Amino acid sequence: MNLPKYVLARIGFYVFVVIVATAFALPLLWLLLAPFGRQATLAVRIPSEPTLANFVSVFRNAFAMRALFVNSIIQAVGAMLLITAVATLTAYSLSRIRLPGRDMFVYMLILFSSVVTGSAAMVPIFLLIFELGLIDSHTGVILVFTGGLLPVAIFIMRDFMQSLPKSYEESALVNGASTLQMLRHVVLPLTRPGMMVIGIWAFVNVWGSFLIPFILLRSPDRMPAATATYSFYTEAGTPVITLVSAYALLYILPVLALYLFVNWRYGFQFFGGIKS
Amino acid sequence: MARVLFENVTKEFGSVKAVNDVSLEIQDGELLCLLGPSGCGKTTTLRLIAGLETATSGRIHIGDTDVTRFSPKDRDVGMVFQDYALYPHMNLADNIAYPLKVRKVREAARMERAKEVADHLRIGHLMERLPGQISGGQQQRTSVARAVVHEPRVFLFDEPLSNLDAKLRLESRGFIKHLQQEMGVTAVYVTHDQAEAMALADRIAVMQDGVIVQIGSPLEIYRNPQTSFVANFLGSPPMNLFDAEVRNGSFVGSSFELDAKGVKEHSALNDGDSVTLGIRPEHVRVSPKPMKNSIASELYAFEALGPESILSFRIDEQLLVARAFGDDPPEIEMGQTAYLSFEPRHLHLFNEHGSRVNAD
Ligand SMILES: Nc1ncnc2c1ncn2[C@@H]1O[C@H](COP(=O)(O)OP(=O)(O)O)[C@@H](O)[C@H]1O
Ligand SMILES: [Mg+2]
Repeated sequence: MNLPKYVLARIGFYVFVVIVATAFALPLLWLLLAPFGRQATLAVRIPSEPTLANFVSVFRNAFAMRALFVNSIIQAVGAMLLITAVATLTAYSLSRIRLPGRDMFVYMLILFSSVVTGSAAMVPIFLLIFELGLIDSHTGVILVFTGGLLPVAIFIMRDFMQSLPKSYEESALVNGASTLQMLRHVVLPLTRPGMMVIGIWAFVNVWGSFLIPFILLRSPDRMPAATATYSFYTEAGTPVITLVSAYALLYILPVLALYLFVNWRYGFQFFGGIKS
Repeated sequence: MARVLFENVTKEFGSVKAVNDVSLEIQDGELLCLLGPSGCGKTTTLRLIAGLETATSGRIHIGDTDVTRFSPKDRDVGMVFQDYALYPHMNLADNIAYPLKVRKVREAARMERAKEVADHLRIGHLMERLPGQISGGQQQRTSVARAVVHEPRVFLFDEPLSNLDAKLRLESRGFIKHLQQEMGVTAVYVTHDQAEAMALADRIAVMQDGVIVQIGSPLEIYRNPQTSFVANFLGSPPMNLFDAEVRNGSFVGSSFELDAKGVKEHSALNDGDSVTLGIRPEHVRVSPKPMKNSIASELYAFEALGPESILSFRIDEQLLVARAFGDDPPEIEMGQTAYLSFEPRHLHLFNEHGSRVNAD
């Protein structure tokens, strides 16, 4: 190839990459710096006199702290466990049992799921949860999230399960394992990476959702962090940027912690089939 | 250690009869090869013994027990899967000891036994590795070790060598045969490779479309194939088969005529019958000089393989393959005409349904 042209193409490519990377990095950088500033600003700059005062006021806000460290955790962990457990069991049976119309069933589920968490269904969902007497309860929030996220979780898990050769299970049975032993010794460990992905995905989804808890919950002491951010707005409705950014920084910590924990404990590696 | 008995076993998948009314007795301590082309029902037959499939009809016995409805775990068999099916999250020690673990053998005892078997198969130094960290040949040994560790009554092998390269395949073949004889265990070995079956088997059962078409010792089947399918399936290169018609004491083909004198089976045929003539490559005599009762043809291809040479001749649309042993093959140039002849006793005759024609 002609050398100057090649060099130009390379330079163009790097410029493009830098622009894109900056577009993504700037908000994150702001999030890391703004909480330590004295004045509210939307500019990304290292604060001249860093302070922890913003964090102190955030920690003094009992409502916001309870939202973040109790309510959000209850709802996200609850939905995560429920979704992972149900998706794993459903996906396993869907991938191992021959049923007529099995694939159709999964695609229909996917279709419906976009409806459940979409805003169009908010009124019926509100009415449904109201009729069930689950308005203003963690259970109601967890169930709605589970309903909305489960189909995609099942879809992903089923794909994952189908890529596991059946011969692992068959060899366990021939080796003398009971069905339960086979599930515990072979299927569960091999499925764990998939469960981790689904679990974290579900957690992050619930953690970051605003609309559903905002509609279904009323009492301040059940609100999750996403809605509690409103407590850092002035009465005129403008955000107090120093406090919102400090709260937002705390808000991402549990997600980060979960990710690091799972990665440390189990790793995200997949055991594929053995290559020969 | 036990015999395995099939009584009129049929296995249907929807409308497909994967195994069709098979009756078969595998003797105690015998190594039986199920041989046949892909899709003929070998794996299904093996899985019926293991209990991974349930027979649609018929009965299966292992030893004196009718196991037709038994679940796999109650059948006491050891199986080597085509993809080995080693558990990727367990190290070799745990993989090999797994059948003992589910049989509630104590940790120390089962590790000792696993080590003993692994040492015997020369993988004892790899016990801490994961299956993904060892070679294909070692994976294959590991899966054999896991299948034999609890001394099952029957060994089942489903094409265990098909994932290995040619050299390793020869080596593993010898080692499986040795192990099976040493342990004296009944074994069923599935393969589509006729050479593997010939080398390993005490008896071979040749399958076609879910049916066992012939069963016998390797040499019996090689020498007396009961159908043209079996004749063509065994041997490499396979038996030459040519269609002909019986006319006035001769076999008349599209471009040849052979005197039937001396062919005993001829007595069972009538004028006008269609027959398929079969001749093994090693029984074709190639001569550069004209011979009585021979087929004249030009040399089409010549392959010198060292201890033997393969010569192909074109007869109409087909090739007739001859095999000459030793270091000095017949001196024939490409395109030169040669004269091919056979001794009458080496000729195999099959009728229009493909069944062997026997002398009256
Ligand atoms: N689980 C199954 N479902 C449907 N058809 C099957 C199944 N297993 C095998 N078959 C069919 O049964 C026939 C025999 O298959 P198999 O025993 O695997 O043959 P082989 O091992 O000799 O190649 C094939 O036609 C195959 O398509
Ligand atoms: Mg097969």
